[in-house]
Amino acid sequence: MIHPIPPGSRDVLPEEMRELRRLNLALIEVFEARGYGEVATPTIEYDEVMARGDGRASGAYRFFDESGELLALRSDMTVPIARLVASRFADAEMPLRLCYLASTYRAVTPQRGQLREVVQAGIELIGATAPEGTAEVIEVLEAALDAAGLDRAVIGLGDSDLYRQLLTEYGVEGEARESLLGKLARHDLVGLEVELGEAGIGEERVATCVALSQLRGGAEVLDQAREIGGTAVERAVAGLGETYEALDRIGAADRVRIDMGLLRDLGYYSGAILEVYDPALGYVLGGGGRYDRLMHNFGLDLPACGFGLYLERVHVAQMEEQRRARGES
Amino acid sequence: MNVGVAGSRAVPGGKLKLAVPRGALFGETLDVLDAAGVDTAELRGNSRSLIFETDELTLVTMRPSDVPTYVESGAAEVGITGKDVLLEQGDRAVYELLDLGFGRCRMVLAGRRGDTRLGESQRRLGMMRIATKYPRIAADYFEGTGRQVDLIEVKGSVELAPLIGLGDGIVDLVATGRTLADNDLEVREEIVVCTARFVANRVAHKLRAAEVDDLTARLREASRTLGAAAS
Repeated sequence: MIHPIPPGSRDVLPEEMRELRRLNLALIEVFEARGYGEVATPTIEYDEVMARGDGRASGAYRFFDESGELLALRSDMTVPIARLVASRFADAEMPLRLCYLASTYRAVTPQRGQLREVVQAGIELIGATAPEGTAEVIEVLEAALDAAGLDRAVIGLGDSDLYRQLLTEYGVEGEARESLLGKLARHDLVGLEVELGEAGIGEERVATCVALSQLRGGAEVLDQAREIGGTAVERAVAGLGETYEALDRIGAADRVRIDMGLLRDLGYYSGAILEVYDPALGYVLGGGGRYDRLMHNFGLDLPACGFGLYLERVHVAQMEEQRRARGES
Repeated sequence: MNVGVAGSRAVPGGKLKLAVPRGALFGETLDVLDAAGVDTAELRGNSRSLIFETDELTLVTMRPSDVPTYVESGAAEVGITGKDVLLEQGDRAVYELLDLGFGRCRMVLAGRRGDTRLGESQRRLGMMRIATKYPRIAADYFEGTGRQVDLIEVKGSVELAPLIGLGDGIVDLVATGRTLADNDLEVREEIVVCTARFVANRVAHKLRAAEVDDLTARLREASRTLGAAAS
C-alpha cells in the first residue's frame, strides 16, 4: 500500500544513501583539511533572524510555536551561520572558518519535480577581506569539485553591485532600476533592452548595458569591460581583476570564468559572486560570494565570503560524468 | 571567448542542440535558420523524424510549449519559441537572448460582438468568467489591472466557450483576427504583443559562450534581413 509524502520531498534508500554519504564525507574532509570546522544549527529559526539576511522575504515555511513566536524553516545556511558567529564567536580571533552540511527549505512550483528540501554543503569564511578571502573560498570550492570528481566543472565569477551602481550612474533609480535588475537576473535581454530604452538613457548606454551583460570568458573579459569605462564598471573590473590575480597567485584561476552578466537573486551579496556549472548538467550546481554587509545586520562589522553546493545536483553531475567517462551518454 | 585550460576543459563534445517549434512558427523558424546559414532542407522534406543533424547543429523538433522545458533542463542548449509560451511558463529559467520579430501575434481579451456580458458580469457580479488556454498570462493581466476573474482553463478551440455560455469572454492569441471574426467575437483589450524568441539554457550560455554568441549574432542578422524584406 502506498502512503504518500508531500510533493517536493523524497525518501533516500540505501544504495543512493551510500553514494551520498561518500560524497558528503569527501566534501567535509576537504573543508576540514583546510581548517573549516563543521557546525550545525537548528532547522527552525526565528523568522525575524532569517529575514535579516534577505530583507525582502524570509523562509517559505513559517509557523507559530506554542508561545506564539513566529518561526521559519531555514531557507539557506549563510544567515543562520551569521547569527551563530555573532552570538558565539564575537570575540574570537578572525578570520573564522566554518563549514556545514545541512538541509535547507525552498518553495517549489508544483508538478516541476523541484525539491522543497535541498541539502547543501558549503563553507563560510568570516573576517577575511577581498581579494585574498575570496580567492581562498574559490580555492576550497575547486578542491571540493575535484573531490566530487567533477574535474570539468567551471566557476563563474561576477560582481553583484555592478548593475545597481551602473544604473544609478545612468540616473535610473527606484522601481525602474529594480525592474531592470530583475530582467538582468533572469537574463531577459529582450525585455532588458525595451525597458532600458524606456528609461531614457540614450541608445549608446542601452547598448553598453546589454553588451556588458554578455561579456564572459577568461581574463581578456576584464580588458573588454575596461574599454566600456565609467565609475561602476571600473570599480567592478578593478575588484574582479584583484580577485583574479589573487587566484592566479595561488594557482587557482584555471577553472574560473569571469562573467560580467552574473547576478544572483539573494539580497545579501556584495562584491564578488560565484556560480558553479558542470557541462554534464543544465542546472547550476551551487553558488556563493561575498556578503560584507550581512554581519552588520547581526551587530558585527566583518567582511565575509562563502559558497554552498547543492548536494543532490552534485550527485547527479557525478553520475553523468562517470557515465561519460565510461563512454556512455 | 574560450581561453586556456578553462576553455578546453569546459567545452563538452557534441553539437549544440536547437529546439525547433513545430506548428505556426515552424515555417518562419526554418526561414530564419536558412538565412543564418543553417541547412534546414531535411526538416522541410521529412515530417516524421524528430531529430535532424546539420554540420553544426542538432535540430530537435517539438511543440512550441515544450521548448522551455527542454531548454531549461539543458536537454536542448538553445531553442526558438513564442513569447506567449515564455510568459505562460514564466517560472522556467531560460535566458531570452533575442526577439526574432516573426510570428507576431496579440494576446487579447475578446467578447461576443456587441455583447454586454463582460461589463455586466464585472459590474453586477464583481467578477468576469474568462475561458483561456493561457491561465497564467490572464491571471497576471487581470490582477495587474485590479479586476477579479474566474478563469476557466480549456485546451482546445477557446472561441467555442463564450458562444455556448462557458464564460463571458476569452483571453487568447490572435494573429489575423479571422478566427475571432468567424466566430462573431471581437477584441476588447490588447494584453501583450508576442513574437518568436531565441532562448538559451543558463549553463550552456556560460559554458558554450562562443557557440551561443555566434549563433545569436547570426540569427540577429538573419531576422533583421528577413524583417526588412518583409516590410
